[in-house]
Amino acid sequence: MSPTKSLNPVPIKERMKVPRQHMLEQEPLLRAANFKEVNLGYPEELARREAQRCLECAKPVCINDCPVGVKVKDFVQLIVAGDFMAAAAKIREDNVLPAITGRVCPQEDHCEGGCLLGKKVQPLGIGYLERFVADYEQQHMDRSTIRKAPPSGKKVAIVGSGPSGLTAAGDLVQKGHEVHVFEALHELGGVLVYGIPEFRLPKQIIREQIDYMRAMGVHFETNVVIGKTVTINELMEEEGFDAVFIGTGAGLPVFMGIPGEHLNGVYSANEFLTRINLMHAYEFPRFDEPMLDFRGKNVAVIGGGNTALDAIRSALRLGAGKAYVLYRRSEAEMPARKEEVKHAKEEGIEFRVLTNPIEFLSDGKGWLSGVRCMQMELGEPDASGRRRPVPIEGSEFEIPLSVAVIAIGTSANPLIQSTTPGLATNKRNYIEADPETQRTSRKGVFAGGDIVTGSATVILAMGAGRRAAKSIHEYLTSGEW
Amino acid sequence: MFKILHAEFIAPGIKRFVIQAPRIARKQKPGQFVILRVYEEGERIPITIEKSDPGQGTINIVVQSIGKTTHLLNSLETGESIRDVVGPLGKASEIEKIGTVVVMGGGVGTAMAYPTAAALKRAGNHVISIVGARAKELVILEREMREVSNELLITTDDGSYAEKGFVTDKLRQLIDSGTQIDLVLAIGPIPMMRAVADLTRGHKIRTVVSLNPIMIDGTGMCGGCRVLIDGKSEFACVDGPEFDAHRINFDVLIQRNAMYRAAEQKSFEDFQRERESLLAKVHAEQEAECILQGGER
Repeated sequence: MSPTKSLNPVPIKERMKVPRQHMLEQEPLLRAANFKEVNLGYPEELARREAQRCLECAKPVCINDCPVGVKVKDFVQLIVAGDFMAAAAKIREDNVLPAITGRVCPQEDHCEGGCLLGKKVQPLGIGYLERFVADYEQQHMDRSTIRKAPPSGKKVAIVGSGPSGLTAAGDLVQKGHEVHVFEALHELGGVLVYGIPEFRLPKQIIREQIDYMRAMGVHFETNVVIGKTVTINELMEEEGFDAVFIGTGAGLPVFMGIPGEHLNGVYSANEFLTRINLMHAYEFPRFDEPMLDFRGKNVAVIGGGNTALDAIRSALRLGAGKAYVLYRRSEAEMPARKEEVKHAKEEGIEFRVLTNPIEFLSDGKGWLSGVRCMQMELGEPDASGRRRPVPIEGSEFEIPLSVAVIAIGTSANPLIQSTTPGLATNKRNYIEADPETQRTSRKGVFAGGDIVTGSATVILAMGAGRRAAKSIHEYLTSGEW
Repeated sequence: MFKILHAEFIAPGIKRFVIQAPRIARKQKPGQFVILRVYEEGERIPITIEKSDPGQGTINIVVQSIGKTTHLLNSLETGESIRDVVGPLGKASEIEKIGTVVVMGGGVGTAMAYPTAAALKRAGNHVISIVGARAKELVILEREMREVSNELLITTDDGSYAEKGFVTDKLRQLIDSGTQIDLVLAIGPIPMMRAVADLTRGHKIRTVVSLNPIMIDGTGMCGGCRVLIDGKSEFACVDGPEFDAHRINFDVLIQRNAMYRAAEQKSFEDFQRERESLLAKVHAEQEAECILQGGER
C-alpha cells in the first residue's frame, strides 16, 4: 500500500535543488590495492535525504522500467517515513535479492533511466537506496520470523543458482512449492560468485541472501551438473519434480581466433575471474589456487562490458603496473555500467578505445610478450544498432603485455540441450523459451536468463526468473500447458 | 561432504579411495572423471574414475602424490571425507568392436586406462595391455588388468620387475612383429603419451590418449583446459578428455601445464613444512561439516 499523503518534509518545488547524495566510497588509490568493496553505502541520514528528492510521480516510470517491477516509489516513501524494515519488505515483494541488485544493476538503463529528476538534474539514487534498505534489513532482521507458505505438494527443480534461478526459487517457495536448486560448482550464486569480484559484490552479501532463501525453505544442492550428474528427464521421471526451471547462464567463453591465444598469460575472462572470485587466487597462498605474479606487469583486457572492467580492475588489485582496456568501438558504445567506467578511470586504468587486437605475440618460450593491434574508426551502424568499427589501413601497433584477458562474450553451453530430448534451441544453440511465460518446447520445463538470451545482466536474468516463477505457479495450479 | 568409505595405498605414494557418491556412481562411464576439492581453501583438481558401483553408490579413484593437493588428499583415511566431488565429467571413451586394441598404462595412468580396457574387452575386442612403471613396487592393477586383457605385458624402467624398458619398447615390438593393431589407447605421463603418438603416427595406427590439463570448473565454462587440436582450441573437460593423439599439439600442452610451476612449488614447500597443522584444520572442517549435515551436501 502506498502512503496516500506525502510524509516528505521537503516541498516538491525544493526537491530539485537538493543534490543527489554521494555514495561513500574507498579512495581510488587505496582501493586499487585491495579487494574490499569500493562503495561503502549510505548512512541513514544520507539515505533519508536522498529519498526526499523523490518527486512522487503520479505515474512513476521507475516501476515500469524495472525488469522485476520493484515498487520504487512506495519503498522510497517508506524510507522518507523512516520505516526501513517496511521499505525492505516492500522491495522483497518483487525482488528477492535486493542487496545484490542494489549493487550491480545498471540502474541508468532501468529505474533511474526514466526518473523525472534526471531530465533536469541527477536522477534519484534508486540503486543506492535499495542497497541501503537491503543492508539495513540484513543488520536488523530476525530470520526466525520469516514465514513459510503452506505446502502446495508440488516440487520444482531449479537448475543453476545464479540470479535467474535464485529469483525463481524465491518466488516459488513463497507460493508453497518445494524448491530444490542444483548448482554445478561447489559454491552457490553462479555468476554472482564466480564472475563478479569482491570489490563490487562481497561474497558475504551473496551468502546472506542465500541464507535468507534457505530460511524461506529453499533446498540447495551443490556439485550437481545437470546434463551430466543427472538429466532433466531423470529429475522429472525419477526424482518426482513437477516442473524444472533452467537458468544455467551463458556458458562457454568466446575466444578471438587470432594467433597466439594458446600462449601462457592469455586468459578467458571466465577463467581469470573464476580463479580470483570463486577460487580466491588473490589470496594465494592462503588459498591453494595459484595466479601468475602480476606485480609491475602490463595487463590488458579485451572488451568493454562489465566483465571486462571486473577483470582489469582485479588485475590492478593484483599489482599490475599498467592496466589497459582495449575496446574496438568508442567509449559511447561501451556496454559497461557507467559507474564502473568512472571507478576504473579513477583507479588509473587506461582506456584504449577503437583498438582491436589481431595477434598475441610470444616471447619465444611460450609466454605472452605483447599484442599487435589495429586502430579502428566507426563506420555505418551494424546489426546491434551501434556503429561498426572498421580497421584503419596501416595503423598496426604493438603494446608490450604479460597478461591478456579476453572478455568479448560467451556462447551457449550445450550440456543440457544435448541431454534433453525435445528441448528446442535456436541456431546459436540457446534454449528457446517464450519471452512472456519462459516456457520451453518441453512440457513442464521453463528456461530463462543468459541460456535463453545470451550474455545479458543480472537484473534481466532476474526478470526472466520472476516471469518463469509466475508461469510455473500457473502451470502447477492449473495443470494446463 | 563426500565420505571416504575405504582408503588404502596400493603402491608407494599411490592411494585408492572408495567414495560415497551415489549420483556419480549411477552415471559414470569409462573415460570420465570427477573434479574434487579437499577442503575449503583447496583448489579443484580433475581425477579419472577407476570404476564405480551403482548398487553401492560408490566410485573409486586412484591418486598419486605429486603436489600439495594430491599429497593432502592421500593423507586422508577411511572414514574421513572430501569436501566436494563433482561428476562424472567429460565424454566417455568410445567403445566399439574394432578388432585388436593395445591399451597402455604408464604409472598411475593404468588406473585410468583400466575401465576403458575392461569395456573394450566386453565389447569383444582382442585387448593387449601394456603396463609400465618406474619400478616393481609402482606396478599397479596387475591382477585387474590381467582379468580384462587377452594379453598383458609389463615393463619397468629399472628392470626390477618383468621386462626392463618402456611401454613404447613393447609397442614397437608388437608393431615390428607384424601384429595387426586397430587402436592404441595410451594413458600416462605426457612424455609417454607423446612417445606413443610419435611411434604410431608413421604406422598410421589410430591412437587415443587421455589428457589432464589444468582445469577449474570442468563444465566448459572457464576455458582454462584448452588444448590445441589440429591448430584449433578444444576444451579437455567437455570435448575430451580423450583426443586423437596425432592431432594434439603436445608442445602447447606441456607449456600450459607448466604455467603455475613456481606457485605450485611454493605450495608444496609450504605443505611439507606445515603438513600437521593443515591436516588438523582439514579434520576440524570435516567435523564442523559433520555437525552441520542434514542440510545440503
